Amino acid sequence: MTEKPYITCRELIEFLLDYLTGELAEERSVEFERHLAVCPSCVAYIRSYEETIRLGRMAFISPDAPAGESEEVPEDLVKAILAARGK
Amino acid sequence: MPSGTAPLENTDPPTPDETQLLVQLRAGDPVAFEKLVRTYGSRLLAVAHRFLHNEDEARDVLQDALLSAFKALDRFEGNARLSTWLHRIVVNTSLMRLRSRRRSLEEPIDELLPKFLEDGHQALPAESWRDSSEMMLEREQTCSLVRRCIERLPDSYRTVLLLRDIEELDTEEAARLLGVTPNAVKVRLHRARQALRSLLDPHLRRQPAGRMGTAP
Repeated sequence: MTEKPYITCRELIEFLLDYLTGELAEERSVEFERHLAVCPSCVAYIRSYEETIRLGRMAFISPDAPAGESEEVPEDLVKAILAARGK
Repeated sequence: MPSGTAPLENTDPPTPDETQLLVQLRAGDPVAFEKLVRTYGSRLLAVAHRFLHNEDEARDVLQDALLSAFKALDRFEGNARLSTWLHRIVVNTSLMRLRSRRRSLEEPIDELLPKFLEDGHQALPAESWRDSSEMMLEREQTCSLVRRCIERLPDSYRTVLLLRDIEELDTEEAARLLGVTPNAVKVRLHRARQALRSLLDPHLRRQPAGRMGTAP
């Protein structure tokens, strides 16, 4: 019996989002796992893709993020909003 | 009804403090509106700033959004957190502001997507990044780098990335706010993440970078 060919890196990366969100059919997920078992480049790609998502979140909850969420609203802006509401 | 003030589904109910504030707001208590501005304003201003990258526009958006919210209070059904409802109004107002900007030619994103050989292998094998713990040691620099890279994404991709990964809207809600299909949101999100990954890659590779092979 001939072994089924591996899916390509292109196919894996194209459908990576569905794979990571568990939206792939089980049979398809098995194909992904099979490819990953022999492709360190795709393993590295997936890890860095997931790290990208994590870093994006971290970048905006960091204390040094611009327009810091811990700061108070500028007083002149509060006054402007209150004045606009009264119009 | 402005889409940003539409009812929210599957969210937590208001906290007791929010319920009390709502009662006061609906009674027309002017002190309550000021409390709302001071309590939620800073976080909401940061949200508008993320989308617009412009202090004056972010301030305008916050003002417009809070006034819209105040006018729409009667339509707030109280089945969601007040903070979540306000967040969605600010996101929607920010998106409307983005749409109203004069459209410039959008930078193509293709150059930032992975390249493949004819046989489907990656043209340039991906390499491992530094450990998370190493990046945490340089957290401030890393965060600054990531923000700069996100700013470099073309608007339509950056917006989807912000909506889904940073503001944590689900695909359907992001699609509704953008007026596109959920599938279009998924495609754009995937491309935006890939492009952001490409921009971060040269900075975050483990040094010295070792060459790795691809699948057979």
